[in-house]
Amino acid sequence: MIEKFVPLDTVGVPLDRVNVDTDAIIPARYLKTLKRTGLGVGLFYAWRYDAEGAERPDFPLNRPEFRGGRVLVAGENFGCGSSREHAVWALMDFGFRAVIAPSFSDIFHNNCLKNGLLPVTLPAAEVRSMIDALLAAPGGKVRVDLAAQEVTGPNGDVHRFTVDPFAKTCLLEGLDEIALTLKSSPEIDRYERERKKATPWLFLDLAG
Amino acid sequence: MPTLFEKIRDRHVVTRRGDDILLYIDRQLIHEVTSPQAFEGLRLAGRSVRRPGAMLAVPDHNVPTTPGRAERIDDRESREQIEELRKNTLGAGIDLFDITDPRQGIVHIIGPEAGLVLPGITIVCGDSHTGTLGAFGTIAFGVGTSEVEHVLATQTLWQKTPRRMRVTVDGALRSLVTPKDVILAVIAKIGASGGTGYAIEFAGETIRKMSMEGRMTVCNMTIEAGARFGLIAPDETTFAYLKGRPLAPPPSLWDAAVADWETLPSDPDAAWDREVTLDASSLEPHVTWGTSPQDALPVGGVVPDPEAQPDPSERARMRRALEYMALVPGTRMTDIPVDKVFIGSCTNARIEDLRAAAAVAMGRKVHANVTALVVPGSGLVKRQAEEEGLDRVFVDAGFQWRLPGCSMCLGMNPDRLKPGERCASTSNRNFEGRQGPGGRTHLMSPAMAAAAAVSGRIADVREVAR
Ligand code: SF4
Repeated sequence: MIEKFVPLDTVGVPLDRVNVDTDAIIPARYLKTLKRTGLGVGLFYAWRYDAEGAERPDFPLNRPEFRGGRVLVAGENFGCGSSREHAVWALMDFGFRAVIAPSFSDIFHNNCLKNGLLPVTLPAAEVRSMIDALLAAPGGKVRVDLAAQEVTGPNGDVHRFTVDPFAKTCLLEGLDEIALTLKSSPEIDRYERERKKATPWLFLDLAG
Repeated sequence: MPTLFEKIRDRHVVTRRGDDILLYIDRQLIHEVTSPQAFEGLRLAGRSVRRPGAMLAVPDHNVPTTPGRAERIDDRESREQIEELRKNTLGAGIDLFDITDPRQGIVHIIGPEAGLVLPGITIVCGDSHTGTLGAFGTIAFGVGTSEVEHVLATQTLWQKTPRRMRVTVDGALRSLVTPKDVILAVIAKIGASGGTGYAIEFAGETIRKMSMEGRMTVCNMTIEAGARFGLIAPDETTFAYLKGRPLAPPPSLWDAAVADWETLPSDPDAAWDREVTLDASSLEPHVTWGTSPQDALPVGGVVPDPEAQPDPSERARMRRALEYMALVPGTRMTDIPVDKVFIGSCTNARIEDLRAAAAVAMGRKVHANVTALVVPGSGLVKRQAEEEGLDRVFVDAGFQWRLPGCSMCLGMNPDRLKPGERCASTSNRNFEGRQGPGGRTHLMSPAMAAAAAVSGRIADVREVAR
């Protein structure tokens, strides 16, 4: 069950890097938790803190102008690497509700939608100009309206984005995907009966 | 005219919703890190596991690789995750290869060994390297924890069809050039996001000649090119590997299964959205210089100069990577000293990998400045290697011979790099901090890593082995 996505009007946080991988978003040592919550402390740990554990003042998340921002704006191939959903949980725990980038890794993109973190894909040039504007005038606001499928940048520039219609409904209404799928149980039952006849070797149970 | 991927997909359609397919998932592998929240989710919603017999679980990421781990794991959180896996699988009736089980090992290695990865199936795991299993002609892909939960509850996943890419590799590999070098070269060619949105089928004479171990190495790293799926058509090599394995079709069903599997390969007139070719005959051993797997080059090369890069964002990325790696443009790769050598991971910890590394280590000594680890991918690989005497070769040469697990592939268990340490590694990711905070990773093949271990620096294995 995910929280309903409501329109955001918030400080945009620029992260001017490409190929931001999920090891950078949340290092492996934070993955030992049994919970989905509390991961914000490890978010971008190696970039936020130096070897002594002191904040690096120039990292965007540490700059006072960007604190409290709920939209991250980053370079292409965001979320590449490991499938760890912890990356999404960490971003959300820290307060982010949307990430804007020219492209996302497939698994990360999926993980976002399952949790109500909106991944917004915009053309590289539009993301570039948004990052430049946020760096030039830190504290600039970004508006994200999922219902209208529109992002308004810090300069008032409006960008349309596409989103899968079903994912959109799930995000806006906060639907439980498993509950929806379980409505197809009769079809799943039927599929299993037919497959069992066609390829019986796939139904030799592993647990014996 | 369908592709291998499309044929498997079409057999697994339960129902549709617009462009989305409810795909039946034949099997799911489970490990301790990405599953606790999935089982918790089931409990909170009062749901149960639909087909426990279609699941197999193993602890691998957190386990120490030193003796005594069955009795005691010092790190409390690691211990708790492993205990939680035990509780969750026992409660649901899911088979577990526990820490004391001789079959325990890295999740992507134990599945094939058990014979549970069969051509034509769909299989998922909460781990991005699940594409490894596409080497058997399967739709195998990594999922997040929410999807792990979805599969536990429903044995299905909603999926869109990816685009189709074929990577054709032809030509005979030269001596000491390996499947790892092939896949590093492919990633360098198409880039870390070149495969995003695609399922990649690997084809061509070079792939056909590879063993299952080599094919798994290739498919393992398709995710490093951004593709969730890497596939190779099943053939005689596949069938021979599977025959007689515990969960492979029994003799009474074997012929029917093989007849079915032979219908799977992509039709000759199948359509592709993108085609890439690679000539393997001129391929050199590869190493990475930077912090993305796409930063691979032939070992004879030099550290590239960001200033020669026209694209400003790529230039900035390269500068950052060189700063993190503490490297200067123009440095010969073979002049870079290493502190650690890691031979292991789901990319390169199968028996052939250990044989290749042992052949280089044999009669040589690990350099005085280097600590070198060999971590077999599973208990069965370890046993096989010991039967062949490979453990003695490694130990005599000064390598540490460890117990199976993910080990130094990721900074999660006790095996990790210290800040600033440089490692020649057979794993799959050279991201910042991947092997431990501040650690620096150079990816390469097992033979190349063994050559680095005995040389104290990155070395061309062809010169070391001469
Ligand atoms: S060996 Fe490394 S890449 Fe493979 S499953 Fe373990 S941590 Fe992941």
